[in-house]
Amino acid sequence: MQNTAINFKRQVTIKLADARLQDALARLQTRFVEGRSAVISEIHDLEETRTAAAAIRDRVLNDLEHWLLQFEQQATARGAIVHWAETGDDVNRIVAGIAALHGVKTAVKSKSMVSEECGLNDALELAGVKVMETDLGEYILQLAHEAPSHIVAPVVHKNKEEISDLFAEKHQLPRKTGIAELCREARVVLRPAFLNADMGISGGNFLVAETGSVLIVTNEGNGRLATTLPRVHVAITGIEKVVPTLEDVTTLVRLLPRSATGQSITNYVSVLTGTKNSADHDGPEHFHIILLDNNRSSLVGSEMQEMLRCIRCGACMNHCPVYQNIGGHAYGWVYPGPMGSILTPLLSGLEKSPDLPNASTLCGACAVVCPVKIPLPDLLRKLREKQMEHGMKSRRETFMLNSWAWLALHPAIYALTTKIGVRLMSLLGGKDKLLHTLPGASGWTDGRDFPAPAGKTFRELYKQGQHL
Amino acid sequence: MNAREKILGRIRNAQARMPQTGATPRETISSHLAQHPRGPLPPVPEDMLACFKERALKLSSDVLETNDRMEIPGLLARYLSERKLPMRGVCWPSLAGLPWSGAGLEMQSRPTRDMDLIGVTGAFCAIAETGTLMLLSGAETPATTSLLPETHVAVLDPSRIVATMEDAWELLRKEHQQQPRAVNFISGPSRTADIEQTVTLGAHGPYRVLLILAPH
Repeated sequence: MQNTAINFKRQVTIKLADARLQDALARLQTRFVEGRSAVISEIHDLEETRTAAAAIRDRVLNDLEHWLLQFEQQATARGAIVHWAETGDDVNRIVAGIAALHGVKTAVKSKSMVSEECGLNDALELAGVKVMETDLGEYILQLAHEAPSHIVAPVVHKNKEEISDLFAEKHQLPRKTGIAELCREARVVLRPAFLNADMGISGGNFLVAETGSVLIVTNEGNGRLATTLPRVHVAITGIEKVVPTLEDVTTLVRLLPRSATGQSITNYVSVLTGTKNSADHDGPEHFHIILLDNNRSSLVGSEMQEMLRCIRCGACMNHCPVYQNIGGHAYGWVYPGPMGSILTPLLSGLEKSPDLPNASTLCGACAVVCPVKIPLPDLLRKLREKQMEHGMKSRRETFMLNSWAWLALHPAIYALTTKIGVRLMSLLGGKDKLLHTLPGASGWTDGRDFPAPAGKTFRELYKQGQHL
Repeated sequence: MNAREKILGRIRNAQARMPQTGATPRETISSHLAQHPRGPLPPVPEDMLACFKERALKLSSDVLETNDRMEIPGLLARYLSERKLPMRGVCWPSLAGLPWSGAGLEMQSRPTRDMDLIGVTGAFCAIAETGTLMLLSGAETPATTSLLPETHVAVLDPSRIVATMEDAWELLRKEHQQQPRAVNFISGPSRTADIEQTVTLGAHGPYRVLLILAPH
């Protein structure tokens, strides 16, 4: 997927003015934020479980080479073929190669964010394979030629009227208006695609090293159909998704749907291991697993390694006051919200997404809800520090911060400057004690007034004993 | 050097630089695999059956009970006719011996096709914590029977209800030498909330799931 994170600020302005999007984002908050809070308390000891989940992820990440080899060995022993891809383009080449090898003409796809990283659909179309997205949300986006705006609810930015129009136009069927009718229409249109596809493409929520299995959580059943009916199954996921044992993955599955959609468990949790036996009536004859790096390995052993714990639940974005106001598209790539503001710069270059680490108030809500305890605000701060160190901030911002740092190190001058500053601002505030403009800070005063200071600094008041 | 070696090489080099944690000794890794320790668990419910039923209903599954397996066809026939559903379907071979035709049902024991509207399966076990069924794929237990039809009926022996997914894995290790090709945990009818975050039952899988609890 093309990265447009460089246009973040412009995209934000457009999204803030989009009334339909604002309605959609309000819905997301009700369903996912309230949904999570209703079921997360079902977990007997949430803190202990989150700590255990983080430890499971760390165990793997601290010895990733071994666990990947263990997974590869087990998967291969059961007849799966494990492929390694350095980049998204490599994934596309591998999948096209598999399609050519098995004479694949059509493929059905279950939702995979990693495949969005690669831009797989376009690459396969070029290779002559007809790809159909089958997750309802992703199917809608494929018809509309749009990108997902949320990693769990990809089509959250669209309302049902837009979807009714889209279906009527693309399916050439009478326009349906009810949500249930729209869902049924998609089922009827997609069922033949499942039955006739030569290849099923899925993501992988987890890889189980103990058994060489790929674990997929889904609700619609499209993930099961895509991995059961076609004769070839290709699962694409990141190298960091390994988990040691079935017990370990169970701890994570206890947290994932609750954090993601407010469900105690998704409708389907499928643990897929190897190919079908000769006696089996269903299941794929060929099972390919593609492990994508795409700069993930550069985070191993770095101060950003904790980001690799991420299990893609989306709770951080659902709870983020920034995401709640601008939606996912503004972030410009596959992963939005706090996790995306860290992953996008790390996977596709900080210089291409300079605004993302700063697109956070550091309120900390994301870290509080993260099921694997990723210190998201700390990681955002580290990226900001990196921007400062590498001179990636604007000259103005660098000058301001350096001036501030110098002042803070010289208390006497600091006291004098602030003394003059607050008096001046108090004077300018006038009778209503509000500043309507601030030189150099119009970003603040464009939307609201700045309350003028009282005229004396805290230190002055403190000295006078007026500190209460 | 191929992609595999490059990726693993980068990870190896990065991990060599990790003083704070360091790689875990191999022994610890193999003992972790051998012992597969459990994480924090929910308390075991006092009444496993009641807990399972409550959770299953919450997930929009329907639940019927009988003490006599021979009554299963009658229960199903009534359930289907009440909902004006077809009286014809497919079942797993292990259930072919039940008196289906006596209850007015036409039940074929064969792999499922697209047009089949009712699919009757057994279950390997079920999980009280979430009201979930665990099905294993196999020659006699095709995965499509619980997937393609609009109505999925699962016959479950209540003694096969365990507390947690961890218990289910233990049962699987005890009774099966090898991990089956597909382990499917099923928690109610398929659903989607993609359009306006409104939950709609019946996406690509079954519209309804009926659990018939009957001791074996």
